[in-house]
Amino acid sequence: MRATVIEFLGSNCDHDMIHFVKDVFKFETEVVWFTESDLKNPDIVLLPGGFSYGDYLRPGAMAARTPAMESVREFAKKGGIILGVCNGFQILCESGLLPGALLRNKTISFICDYVYLKAENRETPFTSNVDKILKIPIAHGDGNYFCDDETLKKLEGEGRIAFRYVSPDGKVEEKWNFNGAINSIAGIVSENKRVLGMMPHPERACEKILGSEDGKLIMESILSFLERING
Amino acid sequence: MKGKIYVYLKKKVLDPQGKAVENALKTLGFEEVKNVRVGKFFEIEADSSFEGSAEERMNEYCKKLLVNGVIEDFKVEVVEE
Repeated sequence: MRATVIEFLGSNCDHDMIHFVKDVFKFETEVVWFTESDLKNPDIVLLPGGFSYGDYLRPGAMAARTPAMESVREFAKKGGIILGVCNGFQILCESGLLPGALLRNKTISFICDYVYLKAENRETPFTSNVDKILKIPIAHGDGNYFCDDETLKKLEGEGRIAFRYVSPDGKVEEKWNFNGAINSIAGIVSENKRVLGMMPHPERACEKILGSEDGKLIMESILSFLERING
Repeated sequence: MKGKIYVYLKKKVLDPQGKAVENALKTLGFEEVKNVRVGKFFEIEADSSFEGSAEERMNEYCKKLLVNGVIEDFKVEVVEE
């Protein structure tokens, strides 16, 4: 399995992501700098969290317009698997690979905490193995997912809500929707379901010592999907 | 070319930052304040070496980078062609 992690100026979860795929999952891992166009032939592209360009203008706005992201768009067109976490999700929305935008949290404050996630559609490459409520950390100031009514209807109707913030026993309730996201949305997938953007950090929940291993279920889902399509 | 660009959050988009500023103004005794929305303002200077009008050019700046059409609207003002 070959993974490519893209690094931007201001990425700060890049090494968490590299550890996740290289050390925990033993993937052949390449790190590609945002000025480069060669993605090094990956099976999966990972956009890490952080503060690319210091969140100037809008989170992810400048990173979305870099040479590496041009190549990521090409990769997506060919049906490539892409996972964007936190700032990576913001970059995917800014680059047009996913609809909608991430607004300031409703509380205005930066939130660093565990959240509980429910996989709404188990028929995506990212959720097939997610057979329980996930406990995964968030760390963001701009994670309040927003889109217009028409887009929301489409996302809900097409099974493109990958994850929703829920209570520990799986109920959708506003008090567990920390950042105020529309319909408690924590992660969405693209039309072909092969691009996932999510605010919570699965790469920070991949070893017992970190307090949760639930993030591994997402990567294990990706692995089963790739094994299925590659035979 | 010189221009000004104003970027606003769309009406339907909640603005918690504006709400906080509104509350702070009220706390300072400005009880008449009813609503505050925080936006962005750009002052741009450029060579006039491009084709087309300054307004069209600035609209392109907005669409390509300065504005996220999902959540923001904008207004362009040409100061000097």
